[in-house]
Amino acid sequence: MKILILALLAFLACAPARADEFSDAVRALNADNFADKIAAVETLAGLGDGRAATILEAMSDGNLLATKDGAILIQRASGFTDALTQAPASGEGAEPITVNNRLRGALRGAVGRLGLFSPDAELRKRAAESVLTSPTPESAGMMRRALANETVPEVRTLLALALANLDLADEDPARRRAAVAALRDSSDPLSRGRLQAMLENETDSEVRAAAEKAVSEINFRLSLVSIGANIFQGLSLGSVMLLAAIGLAVTFGVMGVINMAHGEMIMLGAYTAFVVQELFRAFLPPGLIGWYLPVAVPVAFVVTFLVGVALERSVIRFLYGRPLETMLATWGISLMLQQLVRSIFGASNREVANPDWMTGGVDLIGGFTLTYNRVVIIIFCMAVLGALAALLRWSSFGLHMRAVTQNRPMASAMGIPTGRIDAATFGLGSGIAGMAGVALSQIGNVSPNLGQGYIVDSFMVVVFGGVGSLWGTLVGALSLGLVNKILEPYAGAMLGKILVLVVIILFIQKRPRGLFALKGRSVES
Amino acid sequence: MKFVRAFGAGLLAAASLLPFSSAQAAEDTIKVGVLHSLSGTMAISETTLKDTVLMMVDDINKKGGLLGKKVEAVVVDPASNWPLFAEKARELLEKEKVAAVFGCWTSVSRKSVLPVFEQLNGMLFYPVQYEGEESSRNVFYTGAAPNQQAIPAVDYLMSKDGGEVKRWVLAGTDYVYPRTTNKILEAYLKSKGVKAEDIMINYTPFGHNDWQTIVADIKKFGAAGKKTAVVSTINGDANVPFYKELANQGIKADQIPVVAFSVGEEELAGIDTKNLVGHLAAWNYFMSVKAPENDAFIAQWKGFIKNPKRVTNDPMEATYIGFKMWTQAVQQAGTTNVDAVRQAMYGQKVKNLTGGTAVMNTNHHLSKPVLIGEIQANGQLQTVWKTKDVIKADAWSPYIPESAKLKADWTFPWVCGNCAEPKFKM
Amino acid sequence: MTLHPSLSARLFATDDRRLWWGLGAAALVLLVVIPALNLLPTPGSALHVPNYVVTLLGKYLCYATLALAMDLVWGYCGVLSLGHGAFFALGGYAMGMFMMRSIGARGVYGNAELPDFMVFLNWKELPWYWMGFDQFWFAALMALLVPGALAFVFGWLAFRSRITGVYLSIITQAMTYALMLAFFRNEMGFGGNNGLTDFKDILGFPLAQPSTKLALYLLSALVLGLAFLLVRFVITSKLGRIMMAVRDAESRVRFLGYSPTHVKLFAFTLSAMLAGLAGALYVPQVGIINPSEFSPANSIEIAIWVAVGGRGTLVGAVLGAFAVNGAKTWLTGAAPELWLFLLGALFIAVTLGLPKGLLGLWGQIRRKEVRDA
Repeated sequence: MKILILALLAFLACAPARADEFSDAVRALNADNFADKIAAVETLAGLGDGRAATILEAMSDGNLLATKDGAILIQRASGFTDALTQAPASGEGAEPITVNNRLRGALRGAVGRLGLFSPDAELRKRAAESVLTSPTPESAGMMRRALANETVPEVRTLLALALANLDLADEDPARRRAAVAALRDSSDPLSRGRLQAMLENETDSEVRAAAEKAVSEINFRLSLVSIGANIFQGLSLGSVMLLAAIGLAVTFGVMGVINMAHGEMIMLGAYTAFVVQELFRAFLPPGLIGWYLPVAVPVAFVVTFLVGVALERSVIRFLYGRPLETMLATWGISLMLQQLVRSIFGASNREVANPDWMTGGVDLIGGFTLTYNRVVIIIFCMAVLGALAALLRWSSFGLHMRAVTQNRPMASAMGIPTGRIDAATFGLGSGIAGMAGVALSQIGNVSPNLGQGYIVDSFMVVVFGGVGSLWGTLVGALSLGLVNKILEPYAGAMLGKILVLVVIILFIQKRPRGLFALKGRSVES
Repeated sequence: MKFVRAFGAGLLAAASLLPFSSAQAAEDTIKVGVLHSLSGTMAISETTLKDTVLMMVDDINKKGGLLGKKVEAVVVDPASNWPLFAEKARELLEKEKVAAVFGCWTSVSRKSVLPVFEQLNGMLFYPVQYEGEESSRNVFYTGAAPNQQAIPAVDYLMSKDGGEVKRWVLAGTDYVYPRTTNKILEAYLKSKGVKAEDIMINYTPFGHNDWQTIVADIKKFGAAGKKTAVVSTINGDANVPFYKELANQGIKADQIPVVAFSVGEEELAGIDTKNLVGHLAAWNYFMSVKAPENDAFIAQWKGFIKNPKRVTNDPMEATYIGFKMWTQAVQQAGTTNVDAVRQAMYGQKVKNLTGGTAVMNTNHHLSKPVLIGEIQANGQLQTVWKTKDVIKADAWSPYIPESAKLKADWTFPWVCGNCAEPKFKM
Repeated sequence: MTLHPSLSARLFATDDRRLWWGLGAAALVLLVVIPALNLLPTPGSALHVPNYVVTLLGKYLCYATLALAMDLVWGYCGVLSLGHGAFFALGGYAMGMFMMRSIGARGVYGNAELPDFMVFLNWKELPWYWMGFDQFWFAALMALLVPGALAFVFGWLAFRSRITGVYLSIITQAMTYALMLAFFRNEMGFGGNNGLTDFKDILGFPLAQPSTKLALYLLSALVLGLAFLLVRFVITSKLGRIMMAVRDAESRVRFLGYSPTHVKLFAFTLSAMLAGLAGALYVPQVGIINPSEFSPANSIEIAIWVAVGGRGTLVGAVLGAFAVNGAKTWLTGAAPELWLFLLGALFIAVTLGLPKGLLGLWGQIRRKEVRDA
């Protein structure tokens, strides 16, 4: 034992002084207060040791732990390693080192600065992006050094922009003017903010004029961006409304069933997504978790299709020709389904996570983020609608369905099993609602009340578009979404929604059968 | 003959409206009412509190009951319907003759039952953080008042550790709690030298689920070059889509932190928190706090609900404190008589689950510690700041001019919930 | 859509005497027996009707009046309004505004002019639309006129463009939904989500006193009776016959030279005013009015009461309102975890098994007896 300690002491004595400083700083990461932790982070970032980046990244991800006796460990999926020796270690009794936002910011800055000199161009680009969001005067020298060595043009642009942001506060007017010129072509609201801040106490008239011009140019570009963003948001909201309404367009629009339980079908779909996700978590390797969503879509369709068929056969088929009675019965069904889900899954929200490929978004110009989940939902919605339209138009089931809804006795006389077609049609509408539920679980709550939030809007969309017209539902949903989002910045979310409802009420006066009214004699019945 | 039958039928039909003959209260039990919505929009939050009360009742019965009698919980479902709240409160007090009621979540439900409790001299324990501006003789408020949540949270964000925030977004659902909190905060921020153009206030409807525009606006507002934070009083349901949008639009906690007053462990259990790490919440309780009382409470809860994954949250602690205080006061008074128990409530002490002691003040509000926590990837809140001592709740906020002059004190010589001067002379 | 009026014809023509006896008995119980049992026996005795039951019944009576109003437009005119809750709530708000004004300086902030929530939102003066509500007659008038005017304008627009069936149902739903969102906004000056509450008294009578509650209950019972007579008068008149003709074959009525638009407009407006009256009586009894009364679900429920009781029968509407709400009161207390299952099952069972509602069941039993005899 003694020998061991002696050997250790000898090793420590022989180790270079820099390494000692390094290990001290690493240990200081577990200091009692955040100020000391931040100091340690700054020290580590300045030492230029290759291990620092890994440690700091682990810390900002919450994967840096400290044991009772002061050893610092890095947690990885494969296990624990000692931060200093990189030897495997036991994570017994280790607690994660607490990080707060201030420390997280310092870590991000430090990792960024370390990354500027990485041999990996991709890492350098990420680092340059991160210094661009929060350039600090202390990092100016480092950035200039990095810029001098940089060869990749993309990274050079980013670094130059970041430097220009700093140069706005420079004492030399020429430098300030150059910085303004460099920022003129940017569409970054952050740069605009800095230009405006600079204008507040700019004395040089020439620089002032240039900066004012630059601000107005950026403003113009940003207003274009915000129009584009508005349109995207409108389409996205419209596609959510559309998705929620397509199933109703079948059960209500085509079959004429005032289906108050439509919202609950959406809810059942969302809960199916939850169950599939939990099964994936429980039984499949973690790497496959991202696939739960594509699996959940058909599963939800099948589940809600079956529920729909069961409802149609047991209740709704006795009520054809009495639309208002179906409303009452389906209202009863909706109460029961809500309570059923509440009894099984509990009343509180359930967590349905976005798979990684649906998380986050791509930053377009001007601070506008195109979020992946919204894009996926728009595409999914169009795919569902397209598939449904094709099914109705070209399949024999679609033909039978149209025949039954248009003229039931005639269809029956032609040998079409009308009962089975009714059941399948109601099942189809429910199934689509179920698939919509899976998609909606990606942007909102999964709770027993989920369906209630969509039911009124769905009826509005179908009626506004014209009962019985899929095309009308599409146009209706998208235009309501757009109008809503165009009004929202001016009127606020609440008033915007009220105005949309008033527009619908007034519009129905003009076109009592919706945007795309069915023509023909059956309309009057 | 016909008319006799018709007369009889009419009589019968009308008389059948009376299946509510007054039930005889069993003498060997003490009844407590549980008035939490088990269906409708508020069931999401309130069901947990019903279970908490049932757990406490179960616990006290195991320990031999109260005053030698068994405690019996009478559970009703007011179904998130505000007039139904009043009806059920009346039923609990008049028909069931309960000794105390634990219930309500939303302010409107409390406002709805308030006249009933005052008329029938009942006792309500209200366990949720709320806007203050109230002190009823018949209600004990065990949740936080704005000065026990909002003000410390803003102080923290203005401090060096909190990131020295200079620009503020106050986002809330359009109802009385956010309106009041934001009003108090606006006055407070201005008193700290924040300019009007550095405060953005935004209200959204209940259950708002399309946050694209507002999150984009927050991003824009935060791009003005000053450190920006969001103070969120967004209500329950709307939070999940809000946080999902926040994460997807890439708003990171170290750039624009969001501090919420209505988001706790229970709400976070319904959200994937991986991308929300670092956003904040201010409460009087966090499940993650290590304390013997808390460990015991969590173990008891998981055992009672038979689900090791269930979390605990602040309103549960408030329910726990309220129930404990009530049982202590009943033991002290030796009766469940409302007037006697009320007197015994003042100064009643119960150990907080997170350490320290909660005290019931004569304004019917508690003194409790304030904790600020950051959201972790596992859905827990990690304390990053804590008050040194307990903070006494203000029933009337000093930052609102009309209420600054009011005082709540139910002991002699004040004996009043909203008076500018005492009712009696010393 | 064709519900033959055989049942109603039987009830009102051949069996008129039976109806009147039944109604007389119900009136006797509601107006004399229950108040007497509330006042005379000592509390706790088996015969005593406790105060909370009186309050509860008062509430049901308002619902029953509302159901009558619904039955007039839906049962006799074929217009399924899914926005009747809006008229009810508007009437309630009018009365709430009166009671809010009569609080005066007794509010928490002690402002004689402004209600507490306005003081709190920093409003300096009363908005114009609150003027006049300190007078009872004005508030009472508004409780009738505001819903009536809204129904008139809305109905005029809708019936003129010949919006019928589900289209009409959905846009009435849009109307009540839009109103709900509007009343939720604090800027509207109606107290936002909390609505109007904290009422102290009505016309000087403290609301907390059991005698006031009993008086309100009696008033509600009287109003229900009068509303019943009024609606019955309308439907047995010539206009009522045209109304039913519009319900059964609108086009034919139009070809015969009548104007279905005017008939429907009359029924819709009258019904809305009745609903407003019910709301005005409802609010002092429950002590709160807030925007959730406008929620579409509430309006759907009204249609359900009528359907459960038996559409197009008047008595059925009243019966349905009592039955559904009674079941709700009882089940939310007796089976808080299960009551939605039971209520949902009731709705399904009624639609499948009793297409003419509970009253239809009575009719079936009667017919069987006649056959057996």
